[in-house]
Amino acid sequence: MLELKNVTFEAADENGGSKIITRDLSMTVGDNKFVVITGPNGSGKSTLARLIMGINQPTGGQILFNGRDITHASITERANLGISFAFQQPVRFKGLKVIDLLRIASKKELTVSEACTYLASVGLCAKDYINREVNASLSGGELKRIEIAMILARGSLLSIFDEPEAGIDLWSFSNLISVFETMRENIHGSILIISHQERILNIADEIVVIDCGSIREQGPKDEILPHILGTAAARIMCDGGAKISRKGGAANA
Amino acid sequence: MLDSVSKHILEEVADIHETPIGAYNFRVDGKSAGRQTTANIDITSKTDKPGIDVRIKPGTKHESVHIPVVLAESGIRETVYNDFYVGEDADVVIVAGCGIHNCGNQDSEHDGVHRFFLGKNSRIKYIEKHYGEGDGNGRRILNPVTEMYMEEGAVAELEMVQIKGVDSTKRTTVAKLDKDARLVVRERLMTHGSQYALSEYTVEMNGEGSSVDLVSRSVAREDSTQDYRSKVVGNAACAGHTECDAIIMDNAHVYATPELDANCIDAQLIHEAAIGKIAGEQLTKLMTLGLTESEAEEQIINGFLK
Repeated sequence: MLELKNVTFEAADENGGSKIITRDLSMTVGDNKFVVITGPNGSGKSTLARLIMGINQPTGGQILFNGRDITHASITERANLGISFAFQQPVRFKGLKVIDLLRIASKKELTVSEACTYLASVGLCAKDYINREVNASLSGGELKRIEIAMILARGSLLSIFDEPEAGIDLWSFSNLISVFETMRENIHGSILIISHQERILNIADEIVVIDCGSIREQGPKDEILPHILGTAAARIMCDGGAKISRKGGAANA
Repeated sequence: MLDSVSKHILEEVADIHETPIGAYNFRVDGKSAGRQTTANIDITSKTDKPGIDVRIKPGTKHESVHIPVVLAESGIRETVYNDFYVGEDADVVIVAGCGIHNCGNQDSEHDGVHRFFLGKNSRIKYIEKHYGEGDGNGRRILNPVTEMYMEEGAVAELEMVQIKGVDSTKRTTVAKLDKDARLVVRERLMTHGSQYALSEYTVEMNGEGSSVDLVSRSVAREDSTQDYRSKVVGNAACAGHTECDAIIMDNAHVYATPELDANCIDAQLIHEAAIGKIAGEQLTKLMTLGLTESEAEEQIINGFLK
């Protein structure tokens, strides 16, 4: 599905020099796999996701998607080949409505009831949102759910989520987990999530740990997860994650 | 009988595909091309100057008046005076609009001066669309003047749209509001090429409880220039809100001058103004959904001007 070969990304820093953000990184995401990338803040996780989507172009190495070299392909080309990207901080649009974005995402004249199905699966009461403008009147959590609904509407071969849990409240978080679980059952494609959350790591097939722009560890969830609990990657994971799993656990009990 | 050019223009400016229901007055190339009155709405020609008087009886509900203008011959320049007398408690929709098709080398110009006298507790929705087309060298010029005189409790909702093809425009809107009168304005403007658009508002709130909500959204492309000026005067306990929001592109120039003038301690006046280019992250987001950069740009502009 997706293969990164020795990918390097070097960007200008504030002192006029340059800084290596991604260093000689190689990894693969297999067909229909659920892969979670984790690691400390500033380790280059989001940059990696942006390199795969084409928002940033690598300064070295190669990216292959289904055997095709997409290293220098545009964002649009990658999107049309079947890559989707949910932003960590969703973008607001004055004037564009939720249904407009869902229609663009699905590339068809979605009926209102089809659009509502996507919104309902991210826990939004569809009739309240379908004609809302995607502007400053929506809360961060609402925007985030609409962002995920757009990915569902696209139904791509590879769906990338950059910290989907950021800005999501506790109730939505439980919901989010079930969205991903349903997604992996229903869409025939791979899912790549950047996350610190233990509960998201727990539903992965594979985990990739990134530190200082390089891969520190990667492998099946059962092998990697015990290693990283208690490490720097997990510290961040547990800072936010422990609270949520404790409360979430109680709610489920 | 209307020719195909006039029919097309009418569709653009008044959404008219066939003869409208209700009262109407068509003006084509400086002459009347059709008129219909109803039991409640009378239309008569002015005798001292070009234009019409539209008289709407008190209590008239759910009726409409269409008064579109088409200039299809190159070189016509006209100023037309239309007055609307809206009776007490009436509630009507008024659709105006002017389309110019100029294939010739002479300038075509229509200056419509519309005065509205709104009786006590009357309501109107006024829709005005301006549109230009044709590949001649003659310019297409529209200078509309809108004056609103609103008695106690009158409500007016104005939708003014000019999206395409008008080379030069000077839009002047003046309103005077009595007690509890409410004015809502939604302006949508797009300029391109070397077009020039001036939009000027002066709203005086003279009665207690009166209010205005004026929102102008515009897109300035290529080498065009836009000049937005609004003046909101609060002479009583009133509420005024104006908002000017512009997307600037290419080599365009956008100039915004908001002015607030409070003469009463209980006048609450707010102005918001923003000019900026399309945010890069908006383009990126839509590109991740499979649109090209120019398709993304069009979607953003169409949404903004909707």
